[in-house]
Amino acid sequence: MEELLNIDATEAARLVREREITAEALTALVLEHAGKTEPKVGAYLRLDVDGALEQARAVDAGKVSGPLAGVPVAIKDNIHAKGQPTTCASRILAGFTAPYDATVVQRLRQAGAVIVGKTNLDEFAMGSSCENSALQQTHNPWDLTRVPGGSSGGSAACVAARSAFISLGSDTGGSIRLPASFCGLVGYKPSYGRVSRYGVVAFASSLDQIGPFTRSVRDAALSLKVMAGRDPMDSTTPERQVPDYPALLKNNLKGKRVGVVRSYLDEMPNREVAGAVARAIDHMKALGAQIVDVELPHAEYGIAVYYVVASAEASSNLSRFDGVRYGLRKPADNLLGMYEQSRGEGFGPEVKRRIMLGTYALSAGHYEEFYGRAGKVRTLIKRDFDSAFEKCDLIAGPCAPFPAFKAGEKSDPLSMYLCDVFTIPASLAGLCALSLPVGFDAAGLPIGMHLQAAAYDDAGLLSAAHALEGVLKPEVDRVPAIA
Amino acid sequence: MDEQTVRHVAKLARLKLSDAEIARFAGEMSAITGYIAQLAKADVAHVEATVHPVADRNLWRADVVQPSFKREEAAANAPESEQSFFKVPPVIE
Repeated sequence: MEELLNIDATEAARLVREREITAEALTALVLEHAGKTEPKVGAYLRLDVDGALEQARAVDAGKVSGPLAGVPVAIKDNIHAKGQPTTCASRILAGFTAPYDATVVQRLRQAGAVIVGKTNLDEFAMGSSCENSALQQTHNPWDLTRVPGGSSGGSAACVAARSAFISLGSDTGGSIRLPASFCGLVGYKPSYGRVSRYGVVAFASSLDQIGPFTRSVRDAALSLKVMAGRDPMDSTTPERQVPDYPALLKNNLKGKRVGVVRSYLDEMPNREVAGAVARAIDHMKALGAQIVDVELPHAEYGIAVYYVVASAEASSNLSRFDGVRYGLRKPADNLLGMYEQSRGEGFGPEVKRRIMLGTYALSAGHYEEFYGRAGKVRTLIKRDFDSAFEKCDLIAGPCAPFPAFKAGEKSDPLSMYLCDVFTIPASLAGLCALSLPVGFDAAGLPIGMHLQAAAYDDAGLLSAAHALEGVLKPEVDRVPAIA
Repeated sequence: MDEQTVRHVAKLARLKLSDAEIARFAGEMSAITGYIAQLAKADVAHVEATVHPVADRNLWRADVVQPSFKREEAAANAPESEQSFFKVPPVIE
């Protein structure tokens, strides 16, 4: 039975469908395993044992069917699952119970997925290490002294630890891709608008996307197929056909042009990361791809643009947490005092910092200098990608400047922000992008490659990643020991 | 960024901050805005701002009432409510 924990979700769904295992037995196996790993990893804020087994029995009874029938799935705790708390790993949402399912959760349920629990995150998804959670620390399954990455750290850690087959994260500037690279997983950020955000607590609405963490590219393709498409409840989801992503996966890269920004690899201080990514690019060439040099001259402004745009949008989005309709309320003798006390006590330091930065960037006298200018530089970053994608179909490079770092290592905010240097530009431009495991460093820490494609070329991106995964499998197929 | 500016922004953001937080944020936000200042180097003459990454047209729905939460459900998470209204401290004396 234990070896079933290491198969991917596509295979698990097949076993359930062909009645080689019951959904209940598979769910019980994952829950039992989580019982062993969780005291060390701390990926989950809540495991819904009874609810999960009940959903699994419904699958076995034939009441629910679909492409993910019986597959245990975890959800980042900024995404609503009806009747369960949504905490955003913040004290300000204490006592909140979600009154409805997010569209993605609804679609997963319709596909037969078994929702096993809610996972830890940096408070309101603001951070790159998961250390900004106000509720719990999550540890990297590959080395428990290290961070899982963030903000979707719990979702990454639980799939790496084999205590879920798939998890959902949200990605605003790299919050799926960075933890996926730190935990040795496929982490997929769909094109902006491809997946509905209805029922996800908004952070930065022009950037937020939901996507899966998986142990194979075909699982990511299957998850996307289940979740993608128009939702009347999210006006950013267009009326575009959803391709059959798993059916479009190929085993070669013939005819594909892969763009590489040479300076990213040449100037990378961590040579093990640069080496692993360079070897993966060589594999792409061997699979039939043509490698071309591309330039993204304005990408260096990405972090600066991001911290203006994302903070400005966050300061607006998080104004809803005011102690009136939900969450923490601190008593005061007037309304203004109640707002200030509740927010002052309810939000943690990083969330306050971003609200302050965003409010400042939007305030009278500073708007044009910060928000206005950042939006224009965002256009330049987007144009760089438009030009690059005239020369290539995909852009390949490192996902993070280094493998997972030690907990507590990055104590000043700016050094934490710099972790996302490679992932942020794709978010600003609305591209689809993913992290793919391409190797390990000498200490046994996973290294991720960042693959990006033009907005709405999700099928092309997944297909290329699948082809590369096929040749890398012997090198990267490892299971963390969790000790 | 000086402490007076931090106090002003905190008031705009409806955040009560301690004196220690104000001193800390003054330093940290100075460092962050200092980093952001590099945007001044980019040539943005005649460049329109991007506020939304994908230029699809807006999607409208018919302006008709749809089924929604009952008032009791909508108020169920409120820290204080009365007859399914949200109750707040006095706004005016």
